Amino acid sequence: MSKFRKNGKKGMPAISTASLPDIVFMLLFFFMVTTVMRETTLFVSVVTPKASEIKKLQKKSLVSYIYIGPPIKRMQTSYGTAARIQLNDSFASVDEIQEFIASEQEARDEKEIPYMTTSIKADETVKMGIITDVKQELRKANSLKINYSTRKGSY
Amino acid sequence: MASRRRGLPEINAGSMADIAFLLLIFFLVTTTMDQDTGIARKLPPMPEEEQEKPPEIKAKNIYVVLINSNNQLLVEGDWTEISQLKDGAKKFINNNGIDPKSSDSPQKAIISLQNDRGTEYKTYIRVQNELAAAYNELRNEAALNKFGERYIDLNKTQQKDIRKMYPQKISEAEPKNIGGNE
Repeated sequence: MSKFRKNGKKGMPAISTASLPDIVFMLLFFFMVTTVMRETTLFVSVVTPKASEIKKLQKKSLVSYIYIGPPIKRMQTSYGTAARIQLNDSFASVDEIQEFIASEQEARDEKEIPYMTTSIKADETVKMGIITDVKQELRKANSLKINYSTRKGSY
Repeated sequence: MASRRRGLPEINAGSMADIAFLLLIFFLVTTTMDQDTGIARKLPPMPEEEQEKPPEIKAKNIYVVLINSNNQLLVEGDWTEISQLKDGAKKFINNNGIDPKSSDSPQKAIISLQNDRGTEYKTYIRVQNELAAAYNELRNEAALNKFGERYIDLNKTQQKDIRKMYPQKISEAEPKNIGGNE
């Protein structure tokens, strides 16, 4: 009996943690692959409006973003609080949208151009005037597929 | 030989897990899983120089929705709350000629949306959302009647059938600047 007891105490093996790195690495790779780093630094603060009838935006590589909103606090001293348009990494005027769309289209394959979408990420407090101007420019640039970026939610 | 081999120390891999954890936590924190969602719309192409006369549409087939710069709604001449818009639009689309003042058929029904330059974007999206909801509900009902499944569960050809029954026709007029503020 005593033999058993002794064996029992000694035989309680520590759980091998040798495979722990493997498991962690697996998780790590998963997150590394799925991570999308933020490409642009936002100079405008955008809180998108809520909507319930939403669709997911497919094929992120074919989406170009237009941000519209009031400048962030840090920028307000030099740019004021009126809503502005941001393309890529800088503020832009409405006239620059056509150029922006053209450069976006140039960067893509010719076959993919009809599938390109423009996502309008606008703050909910923005007035429609600026949005309308953007929409008109997009029509002129013949980039007709748009997506009003919204959050999921209902009123 | 033996002693030399013994002299080559094995690298301790015990801290590997810690390093991996550190990286893992970094990626966990920086990851944003949220997918971009939104309301998809298609803009009309720019009108060409020589435009042929647009086909005439009976006034009763147009559901006029106006939004002013105070974010108030005027639907078919009546002041309306946004919450009532969906039911109104559904009734209009699905009229099928019952009410002589409303649409002839869902295929002919057109919703005309016009907003002011001073309208808030939030209100505009809400209205767009309500109109999209009206169409989605009608399509869903039709799908349940015809195929016994929800619209999103149907296959592509079935969805096309339903879309043909209820084509989403939302026309946006060029905005006016009545409110005078931007």
